[in-house]
Amino acid sequence: MTVTKTEALPVRSGDDVVRVRQRVRALAVEIGLGLVDQTKIITAASELARNTLDYGGGGDVRMETVLAGTRKGLRLTFEDQGPGIADIEQAMTDHYTSGGGLGLGLGGAKRLSNEFHIESTPGSGTRVTIARWK
Amino acid sequence: MSTDGAGVLERILTEDEAAILDAWNTALREGASLQGGRIREAELRTQAKAVLGQLRDALASNSLDADGEGFAPLRETLADISRSRAIQGFTPTDTANFVFSLKEPIFEALRRSADVDASTLAAGVWAAGKVLDRLGLHTMEVFLASREEVIGRQGQEIAELSTPVVRLWDGILALPLIGTLDSARTGVVMENLLQAIVDEEAEIAIIDITGVPTVDTLVAQHLLKTVAAARLMGADCIVSGIRPQIAQTMVHLGVELNVVSKATLADAFAVALKRTGRKVVRQQAPAEERR
Repeated sequence: MTVTKTEALPVRSGDDVVRVRQRVRALAVEIGLGLVDQTKIITAASELARNTLDYGGGGDVRMETVLAGTRKGLRLTFEDQGPGIADIEQAMTDHYTSGGGLGLGLGGAKRLSNEFHIESTPGSGTRVTIARWK
Repeated sequence: MSTDGAGVLERILTEDEAAILDAWNTALREGASLQGGRIREAELRTQAKAVLGQLRDALASNSLDADGEGFAPLRETLADISRSRAIQGFTPTDTANFVFSLKEPIFEALRRSADVDASTLAAGVWAAGKVLDRLGLHTMEVFLASREEVIGRQGQEIAELSTPVVRLWDGILALPLIGTLDSARTGVVMENLLQAIVDEEAEIAIIDITGVPTVDTLVAQHLLKTVAAARLMGADCIVSGIRPQIAQTMVHLGVELNVVSKATLADAFAVALKRTGRKVVRQQAPAEERR
């Protein structure tokens, strides 16, 4: 698998979440994702960016277009240095929220992506990686 | 040396003011600072005269520190000019050039001056460069700050403009949402809608999300809150404008709207009419045939 393009954006305010969505949309169009797949990865990115902002206290997102054989894909990595998640299984459960949201963001992002990977160390931060393949 | 430079500059500005002003005005006119009628020539000339006068006064304090106290009135005048330029839609280059184009006339005047030797000339040129560069940067800073202000105000205006509540029929309201639905926008939307429900004694409110590019859980939550608040006011909501890709995404997200939803605003309006006991029918026969 080769990375064909890498971009990074900060996630520090609500405006940044909008910027992330716009950039993800542009990259999704660039690798030729269909309208439904575009919407899915944009929505997943929106959820994770807002988690990074609201629960991680802000962080960064790395956006990569990747090539595996002839398949193109978009891989997004959200990273923060926030308090981390103590119980990932609980956090992934639908309708569970430690804030005031619907509690569907993490689980929803997983269902909207082809690949989903989360790692978190309480006290030092969280990293979520998702990918959507054409 | 700096004091010396200020002195030379002040003397030149006093002795040769008319010529410098003339040359500056010519440079401004040629440099397209008029921007095709955005600003009148007379106005430009008045501004130039005021700036030149204040520059001379500032230099009389024997200082070249453009951030210092002696330059405060001049900075204020330049700030005003810069702000008005930003609002009138001038480019940053035009705005900065207003100050920078004063350099050449001053250099020329220094050269013309008969009793100036090489070291004094150098001191004068250096002093003029230092002061005018700093003042030019100052106009840029003010220019950018004014632009930021304009952008901020426009942002607020957009937020208000893009959340109108439209009356479709007696008791039927429509709320076409456009753009990103963040917490601040939702607050405005909800307030407008609830007030309109009271004013129009509405039974049904159609919330159209055709113009919302991304529906994530936060947007869904805001929608649900708006619907719940409208219900408490005694109005039923219909959500319309859910595109196929949005529908699929919402299913994957696991969001349930628990509200009547339709693909298009027209469908939603038809439902609303039916619920309020009305029907749209085609006129039986065109007027010509009846005759």
